[in-house]
This record gives sequence, structure tokens and C-alpha cells, in this order.
Amino acid sequence: MVGLENYLAVAAGLFVIGVFGLFLNRKNVIILLMSIELMLLAVNINMVAFSSYLGDLVGQIFTMFILTVAAAEAAIGLAILVCFFRNRGTIDVEDVNVMKG
Amino acid sequence: MTSADFTLVLPEVILAVFAMGALLFGVYGGKDKTAPILTWTTAGLMVALGAWIGLSGEGSGSAFGGMIVNDGFARFAKVTVLLSAAAVILMSESYMERHGLLRFEYPLIIALATVGMMVMVSAADLMTLYMGLELQSLSLYVVASLRRDSVKSTEAGLKYFVLGALSSGLLLYGASLVYGFAGTTLFAGIIEVAGEGEISLGLLFGLVFLITGLAFKVSAVPFHMWTPDVYEGSPTPVTAFFAAAPKMAAMGLLARVLFDAFGGVSAEWSQVLALLSLVSMFLGAIAAIGQRNIKRLMAYSSIAHMGFALMGLAAGTVAGVQAMLIYMVIYVTMNVGTFAFILSMERDGQPVTDIDSLRQFSKTEPLKALAVLVLMFSLAGVPPLVSFFGKFYVLTAAVDAGLAWLAIAGVIASVIGAFYYLRIVYFMYFGDEGEGVQSAMSPVAWVCLMASAGIMVLGVINLFGVGGAAMAAASALVN
Repeated sequence: MVGLENYLAVAAGLFVIGVFGLFLNRKNVIILLMSIELMLLAVNINMVAFSSYLGDLVGQIFTMFILTVAAAEAAIGLAILVCFFRNRGTIDVEDVNVMKG
Repeated sequence: MTSADFTLVLPEVILAVFAMGALLFGVYGGKDKTAPILTWTTAGLMVALGAWIGLSGEGSGSAFGGMIVNDGFARFAKVTVLLSAAAVILMSESYMERHGLLRFEYPLIIALATVGMMVMVSAADLMTLYMGLELQSLSLYVVASLRRDSVKSTEAGLKYFVLGALSSGLLLYGASLVYGFAGTTLFAGIIEVAGEGEISLGLLFGLVFLITGLAFKVSAVPFHMWTPDVYEGSPTPVTAFFAAAPKMAAMGLLARVLFDAFGGVSAEWSQVLALLSLVSMFLGAIAAIGQRNIKRLMAYSSIAHMGFALMGLAAGTVAGVQAMLIYMVIYVTMNVGTFAFILSMERDGQPVTDIDSLRQFSKTEPLKALAVLVLMFSLAGVPPLVSFFGKFYVLTAAVDAGLAWLAIAGVIASVIGAFYYLRIVYFMYFGDEGEGVQSAMSPVAWVCLMASAGIMVLGVINLFGVGGAAMAAASALVN
């Protein structure tokens, strides 16, 4: 029987992979977008698992909202990335460094 | 009742429908040629809504099954957000025109961000919180990279997007844990589960993640990394906007979550906030000393000011929330005035942001230099000016709540921070001779600068009644 703990563990693992992907990745901004998506999907697994465990639909409704917003977020992120690429000619994370800090 | 629900959120609905309609009008009605008229109508509508909300009377109500509340606290924050947003888009119009940035979508994206902020401060459910926050954040990512052909602006947008999305992810993970362990997303339900000093471990983890996500949005140390770069890279009107309304909204949202949902366990979060406040004040004060770019300097200044506002929240009392609200209103007013001046700084038609270029500014423009002097003294919190009273309220609230060590640290940080504000004044009045800066200002920006400086001087009499309004707002939130 797969219980709530298993789902939570998978979600926590995915979330941590997402966060590490954001911080350790030195190559490509697209990978940052994938990491962000991974974090949001981990949250969705959490939400649906809790929703089913509690027998409460609110968590699944929340998941729908998160999916929608994640789509909008990816669209905006890619749009900004395209503008950045036109100006710099590269999408390497190490080249996002015109301003220090 | 659906109609009653919509009546409660009518201001938000009006602004959102206006923004969408005006976008269509802009696209089909001549693109950027419509920018001036859209700027003025947006600002006019914001002021009208602000006045309406401000004068709409007492009481509180909730709508959509308790997911949105409209109480004194929400109204106070909404009026501040709407008025400051209107002031910023009006005073930046001439800058946009001079530097070829006059795009019709700018006021409309600002309007959508404002809708998001209004939803944030009335949120009474984790879903409402998330939707409001994302509407605001997504709009702000877009305006940060408004100058599409500039490396700096797009880089600012990209950095803001990546770190903002990370903070949203952390916040959401916290929200999912809170939902799982409280069994509901309504703040009213969470406070029943997390009442009276008892909190389960899962709920505590959720709370910490929520605070982390929101600390990103208010740019509290150690989640401040994006602030200086985004402030420097974004076009100056956008920076002016970032420094004002979103800070107020994010602070309001943080207060909402902490008091509405976790008010029973204030001992758990007040230590966290006290720590955030301490490091924000010191990092903001010390890191700004080395900055020569006035926009980066204002970024660190905002970090330090957020530290003070968080001190009010950390107190966890009605007086603390009142002090935080007063502090935020004063902070927003000062920033509007200061950015009205920063927007006007240019040399040979090019914007300059170097503080060295201000030397001997008082010789060419004595009146503006005097206004900036008042604002700088006020940002530093020098006694006769209003900001001193803002700091005084916050420190008193902290001492009364038993956080005397934090208050003492705040005073020290404030003294360190005074150095860089006074250096700007020094450059203006006693700097070396050299090629200075011109100040090209539209009448609106001039009025904003002078009014803001005037408020800093005249407000000491009674703070224009903000104290009483903030008190009412704070007691609506904390009970």
C-alpha cells in the first residue's frame, strides 16, 4: 500500500532537486526554467496527495490554479529569455553578469 | 450571495476590466500614440478608486466563502498602494517620453500589478494569496524588462524572474504543507488548528516556508540578492514603482498571513522576523556605503527600511502593526519624492545615476536641492522630520514587546545608514566643481518632489491623521 508518506517523500525529493538545479546549474537558463517547473510540480504532488488523504477537494482546485499560473509563468520567462538572447547572443547562466551581485 | 460577493471586490473588478479594455484600445487605437491618454486615465482611475475605498466607511466583510476580506487593514493598504502607483506612473510619463520608452502597455501592466496587490492585502485564503501574489509578480517581471533592447533591463528581468519564481515555489511548498497539516486553506480555519501556542511540526515547516517566500518579496536579508541588480537594471520609472507599492503590498500580505492565520503562535514567528529585521537593517546600512550608483543605493536603502518595518511586525502587537503601517506610508511617500528627483537627473539628454554627478547641484537648482536635502535627512531619520517619528513608533513597539536588543541594534544601524544619505547632501552642497547634472522635470514630477518634501516637514504636526487610520487598520487585523 502506497501511503501519504511515500507521496510526500517523492514530492520533497523533487522539490529539493528543483532547488539544487536552480543553484548549482552553471550552464543554461533553460535548465533554470525546468528546475522551476519541477519545484511547482512537486508542490502539486503534495497538494493532490494531501487532498486525497484528507478527502477534501480544495487541494485539487489549488493544483489547477498552480498549473495555470505555472504555464503563464513559463510563457513570461521564455519571453524575457528571448529578449535577453537578442541582446547578448547567449543564454549561459555565467553570462548573466553585466551587473555585479 | 454572488452579487454581494462581487460588490465587495468591485474596485478590483473595475481596475482589472479597465486594464483589459484599455489594452484592446491601445492595440487597435494607435499603439504607443495612446500612451499619454492611457497613463492619465489609469492614474485618474487609481486615484478615484483610492478615494472611494478610503471613504467607503467602516466595518468589514468577507466574500466568496471567506476567501477575500475587506476590513480596515485591507482598505488602508489598498489606498496606499493605489495612490503611490498613480503618483509613480504620472511622474514617470515625461521621463518615458524623453527616453523613448513611452509604451502604452506600461500603465496597464502597472494597473494589473496593482490589482494583484489589492487582492494580496485582502487575501484570507492561501489560494487568494497565491493568485494575488502571482498576478503582481508576473506583471512586475514584465515591466522590469520593459526596455527590450537594453542588456541591463532584460538581465534585470531575467534575474527577477528566476529568483521570484524560486520564492513563489518556496511559498507554495509552504502553502501545501500548511494545507496538509491544517486540513484547510482558509486562514480562519488555520488559526483554529494553530491556536494558542500549540503548533504541529508540519505546520511549523509550512509557516517557515511561507515566511521565506514572502521575505523574498519584501527583499529582507538573506533573501535580498535580487534587489540591487533589479533596481539598477530596470528603467528608472519601473525602479520607482518597485520601491513603493509592491513593498507596501508584500508587507501587508506578510502581516495578514502572520496575524490572520498564525496569530495564535506569535512566539514561533516573532523570533524569525526579529532575526530577519536585524540582518536587513545592518546589511542595508553597511552595503550601501560603497555604492556610487544612486539606484543601487536606493535598493540597499529599501532593504534597511524593510528591516525597520519588519521590526514592527516582530513585536506582534497592535502597536507594532500600527507602527509598521505608519512606517510604510512614510517610506512610500519619501520614495516617491526621491525617485521624482532621480528620474529627472540627466546630462546632455542621457539619464545619469552616478551620485558624483550631483556635485554643486545646489548652485544650479537651489530649491530642488533643498527638497532633496529634506528627503535625504528624512530617509536617514533625522529628528525634526516625519521619518524620525516612523522609526520612533517602531522602536517603541519593539521595546514594549520585550525586543529591546532589537531596538538598540536598530538605532545603531540607523546611525550607520545616515552616512550615505548625508554624503549625497554633501555632494550637492559642498562637492568639487565639475560637470554637474541637469534636472529636467515635468510639472507633475516637480509637484511630487515638493509635496513629498513638504509632507516630511509639515507632517510632524499630526502625521496628517495617518496615525489614527493606521491604528484602526491595525486593530482590525490583530484581535
